[in-house]
Amino acid sequence: MELVNPGIGLIFWMTLAFAILLFILGKYAWKPIMKILKDREEHIEKSLHAADLAKEEMKTMEFNNEQLLKQAKSDRDVILREARKIKESIIEEARIKANIEVDRIIENAKERIENEKMAAMTELKNQIAQLAIEVAEKILKKELSGEQKQQDYIKQIIDKAQLN
Amino acid sequence: MSRKVLGKRIFFIVSLFIIAGILSILFVRASDQPEGKKHSGKDQEQHEDWEEFVMEEEYNAGQSIIEHILDSHEWHIIDYKGADGKQHHVSIPLPIILYHEGKLYAFWSSKLQHGSYEGFSIAHEGKNKGKIICDNKHSNKNTEASTLPIDLSITKNVLAIFISGFILCIIFITIARTYKKRKSEAPKGLQSLLEPIILFIRDNIARSSIGEEKYERYMPYLLTLFFFILFSNLFGLFPFFPGGANVTGNIAVTGVMAVFTFLITCFSGNRNYWQHIINSPSVPWWMKFPLPLMPIIELLGTLTKPFVLMVRLFANMIAGHIVILGFISLIFIFGNINIYLGYGVSVLSIFFVIFISLLEILLAFIQAYIFTLLSALYFGMATEEHD
Repeated sequence: MELVNPGIGLIFWMTLAFAILLFILGKYAWKPIMKILKDREEHIEKSLHAADLAKEEMKTMEFNNEQLLKQAKSDRDVILREARKIKESIIEEARIKANIEVDRIIENAKERIENEKMAAMTELKNQIAQLAIEVAEKILKKELSGEQKQQDYIKQIIDKAQLN
Repeated sequence: MSRKVLGKRIFFIVSLFIIAGILSILFVRASDQPEGKKHSGKDQEQHEDWEEFVMEEEYNAGQSIIEHILDSHEWHIIDYKGADGKQHHVSIPLPIILYHEGKLYAFWSSKLQHGSYEGFSIAHEGKNKGKIICDNKHSNKNTEASTLPIDLSITKNVLAIFISGFILCIIFITIARTYKKRKSEAPKGLQSLLEPIILFIRDNIARSSIGEEKYERYMPYLLTLFFFILFSNLFGLFPFFPGGANVTGNIAVTGVMAVFTFLITCFSGNRNYWQHIINSPSVPWWMKFPLPLMPIIELLGTLTKPFVLMVRLFANMIAGHIVILGFISLIFIFGNINIYLGYGVSVLSIFFVIFISLLEILLAFIQAYIFTLLSALYFGMATEEHD
């Protein structure tokens, strides 16, 4: 049977060709390919690991940020509350002060008015007195114009005085 | 969307290739047929035309098939009937290298096409059929009618081995260069086509059967083995010149690869491996007398493993080729009876040839995988550490 009867030439060439192929491919193809595949796998693994770490870090950072935000919010609330309190107290104080001031001003005004009134009254009185004196003077002047009249008046007064 | 289009296009191209391949199998096998006549009829003058041949001479399917799957000293391409009514035999001549009685002879096979050259000729009959014989007319030492010189010719299969080796080198050295250029980047092009296979061999064959620590040493051999078998199988299915040689369906080729596996297994076998073969501790002492049966069986086992590797690949590939050629031959057998019957049967035959060819493509992968996997398993057994 030729089919199962290997030829010596084919065996020889096959051995030679296969050995050379093994050598060439082993040295120039499989070695770099296997090495780069391995490197790449390691690289991918490392990258994935790094990504995981980064994720973890992000999580903690996010947590921190949240915490910070919360803190800031509460701080802001406190500050606002305090500010409101202060505002209220200031307003209250101002109101009290203003009231006092107003009272004082009113008091002053009243006093001044009183004073003015008094001054005016005094002035008025003085003027009236002046006027009265002037009037009296004018009347007197009129009444006592002439010797006769003066005589009469003196006489009248004496009469009265005599009666007393 | 674009992926879908690409997929369709690839499918189209692949199916085109398959159809072209099958048509060309048909075409070449069909046009090969007069070769049978040529070899059987010694007389070169006896050129009948094709019709006459079909009508008169019995078509010998078995002989034709065997001629197609055997190695040959020339790469036969086509026979055709020229305008002059003669048969033309087109083939690529291959160098013949012979070592005979201390002398080295080298000449082209075309010199043997018309009889003998320097006393050498191709035997057409007898037990040396197809081999180169020396008729010993020039020799005075030998009294026999003819002797067999040592034939180191670059035959069809040898050339096919060189071609597939050369293509493997080109492909994988190019890919290695791409890998170097694109370190730690995603694979691209041919690289991404072959990387899954390389990774499959590494992870599912080498790692799982040899083990995490030692698999790297065997990777070059396993990868070379796998791709050489795969490429040779696929080239063997392609009917035109670079393909068509039945490389992996030749027992010498599979035998050499099996011997490689056997030698690597032997040389990488550790103390445990040899101890288990020669003097297994699990065999009770009384079994070792009077005849150490187990060592004999175990030693035979180490030999049968590569033997089975050799036969499995050889038989599978040759069976596929025989089935395909058988279906093609059916056309001519029926064509012998009636030419129209031959045309009728050709439809059915083509259908079966397509089916078997697709099966053969699958088988090309499976056989390469099995050979590699079993080799890896044997290496794994040889290097296994027992506690």
